[in-house]
Amino acid sequence: MVLTEKSEMQVMAIEASGVDRAFGGVQALRGASFAARPAEIHALAGENGAGKSTLIKVLCGVITADRGKVEIFGQQVRRVVEPAARRGLGVATAFQELSLIPDLTVAENLLLHSPPRGRLGLVRRGRLVPEAEAILHRYGVDYIDSRLTAAELSVAHRQVVELVRVLATEPRVLILDEPTAALPDKQVEWLSGHMRRLRDAGTCVIFTSHRWREIEALADRVTVMRNGTHVATRENLSEAEAVTLMSGRTFEGTYPDVTTIATGETALRVSDLRGGRLQGVSFSMRQGEILGVGGLAGQGQRDLFLTLFGAQRAAAGNLEVGGFPVTLRRPRDAIRAGLGIAYVPEDRKAEGLFLPLSIRDNIALATLARRSSGGLVSRGREAQAVASLVGQLRIGAGRSTSQAVGNLSGGNQQKVLMARWLLTDAQVLLLFDVTRGVDAATKRDIFDLIAQLAAQGKAILFYSSETEEIAHLCHRVLVLREGRVAVELDGPVRDAERIVAASLKEVPGA
Amino acid sequence: MPDRLRRLLSGPASLGYAVLTATAVTYLLVYTTNLGHLPTSFDYLSILNTTLPLVFVAIGQSLVVITGGIDLSVGGIVAFCVAVTATRVHGSGLTPFAWLLAILALGTACGAVNGVIVARARIAPILTTLATLSIFSGLALWVLPVPGGSIPSGVRMVLTNPTVPTGLIWLSLAVLGWLVLRRTRFGMRVYAVGSDETSAVAIGVPAARIKIAVYALSGLCSALAAVFYVSTTTAGDANAGGPFILTSIASVVVGGVAFSGGRGSALGAMAGAVALTLVIDVIFFAGIDPLYQSLFQGLFLVVAVLLGTGAALIARARRGAL
Repeated sequence: MVLTEKSEMQVMAIEASGVDRAFGGVQALRGASFAARPAEIHALAGENGAGKSTLIKVLCGVITADRGKVEIFGQQVRRVVEPAARRGLGVATAFQELSLIPDLTVAENLLLHSPPRGRLGLVRRGRLVPEAEAILHRYGVDYIDSRLTAAELSVAHRQVVELVRVLATEPRVLILDEPTAALPDKQVEWLSGHMRRLRDAGTCVIFTSHRWREIEALADRVTVMRNGTHVATRENLSEAEAVTLMSGRTFEGTYPDVTTIATGETALRVSDLRGGRLQGVSFSMRQGEILGVGGLAGQGQRDLFLTLFGAQRAAAGNLEVGGFPVTLRRPRDAIRAGLGIAYVPEDRKAEGLFLPLSIRDNIALATLARRSSGGLVSRGREAQAVASLVGQLRIGAGRSTSQAVGNLSGGNQQKVLMARWLLTDAQVLLLFDVTRGVDAATKRDIFDLIAQLAAQGKAILFYSSETEEIAHLCHRVLVLREGRVAVELDGPVRDAERIVAASLKEVPGA
Repeated sequence: MPDRLRRLLSGPASLGYAVLTATAVTYLLVYTTNLGHLPTSFDYLSILNTTLPLVFVAIGQSLVVITGGIDLSVGGIVAFCVAVTATRVHGSGLTPFAWLLAILALGTACGAVNGVIVARARIAPILTTLATLSIFSGLALWVLPVPGGSIPSGVRMVLTNPTVPTGLIWLSLAVLGWLVLRRTRFGMRVYAVGSDETSAVAIGVPAARIKIAVYALSGLCSALAAVFYVSTTTAGDANAGGPFILTSIASVVVGGVAFSGGRGSALGAMAGAVALTLVIDVIFFAGIDPLYQSLFQGLFLVVAVLLGTGAALIARARRGAL
């Protein structure tokens, strides 16, 4: 490439402008812009759901933007460009959800694009392992056995291989989405060294992290995102400033009053729960209490909810529901355990609703067994129970309960899902990000319902990607960090920044 | 070498080899007890020649299944190519071998149509190939409405000579073809796409192109099968393709190829194909009414797969205990 020195200065390594991208009804990016220079380490910061991962996927071409453009070294990339083509432009990306091929060996994964070849251009399978070992050695990670399949590696080692895979391409633009989330400190140091080395060699390194100290230690510049848009790009940004920029203005919706804490019996006691990202979580919650689970993304919140619902097996730990020890092997066990545990997930389509079925069928599904006699469902009793709930929750604005759920708005779908669990009389409700992608009015309905349920004596475990909601709605907040309860805050916290600060700091002033 | 042997026995194709060995032993026992002597070279040759078409289809089917798909249209492509082979190769203007090449190209094109619909239009493989199965079968009937046709004996002598084992050469070439394919970058990518397509796309594997190529190769394999089929039976039948649908899928299953994609080897499916052909002979020599052939083939499939699943579970439990 023939470029004068001056124009080289001006050319951004990678630049996105005016990028819109929606998933279903959720607008993940709204006119987002981003630009990073060659030879810099650029951190991308923001709360959960701010659009960081989506922006990264647009930058590297895994998804296309609905609107807006992406330029790589001043060259605009076409709308439909597969990651294969970006590789040609020198862009390499390590993704948050790992992109190693599970059934291929480490060696095959590392050399998929440029395997060692002999005569006739055939892959020399015998050379795969030695070449992969040479690469692993070059990056100082000889401890990984290149003959194992990716599925056989631990999460940390898989992350290391994923990183070696992208580092080994010696890219001009290196994008790392949450590279340290699965790494122990020692490997974080190892990665930092390589990031700096590449930066010094002229590579543009972009990364996201939820650990502020890493951003502070590594980044030359920081871009903060919020609600799918660019908020600020700075060279020097203090943690306090960053927290303000990330959490943004106070949420405008009003919240129900949760200052009075009901004092009921202990509904759920969890001790030393392990498994997935959970490294030993202990807490208890009473009937009538709304207990918030805060913390940055990927600190084990999801694993906690899934484990408590029996959808994921605990590796260790004890669980008491209503004073009795229980073992949860499958969701059925949770639904039937003592007081009954119900789980409302964030991803309505994947985890909860049957879109082609009617509102009524969807609501009645979890209780079919109870209202059926001799294997037949009593439609009359079912209809009665459902109708009263639908009215109470204002679902579907007076539409028939035989409407397919797929036709409802996201907010109404969420209400249908909540109604299902209300019908089960479960006394422990696990609400995981139930307000995601829901409009403000519906949010208000859902908050009221949650407060009402708590007043009736149900114990509610509440997680939201909007820290504001946890701050205002919960009697008590557990802040998870790296799979443990790092801090417990008495609520309502009101000031979301306190939760964000507690999520970031090593020793919080709670 | 013992290391290589151990890998062979514990590899994904091991189920296919085990089933083939068991079936071969049963065949020898049944044959010897019924006829009072060991099978003759004529018997071996006839098994070889009748099994070749299924071996080819099974290779194509394995490739498709390894990418996580399924190809039901093999029946249609075989039938179409059988019809064209039986009606065109003999006494047309072109030389027979030019025609054979044209038929292979035809099969490849049919397969590529599947691939384009699956990869670009993103229609589920089972739907796509079910529809094209119908289309290709219809084309076969249009070309050859009633069974008939012929094949030049020169072609026959080269492909499936009834007295000289030329079939062995073709079988070896099929095995070699697979081994070569496995050692191309394309081969690695086929497994990558089948194992986790999203990840494969994310790291820059051109998944759509790989899938189109795989379905096209399956079409090529079906065309090869058709040519060998006509060569063995010396005539064509537009309904010849039907049985290949189930038997090719059965071969793949018996051969230990995972239906979730990403795991398995066509070598296992080839062994499975030979075993399935042997089962028919076993049924014949055991004096069972040929009407029940499909019943016994089905039972054989279920038992083989159950044994395989059981063995896999035991192996996993043992590995877990270590």
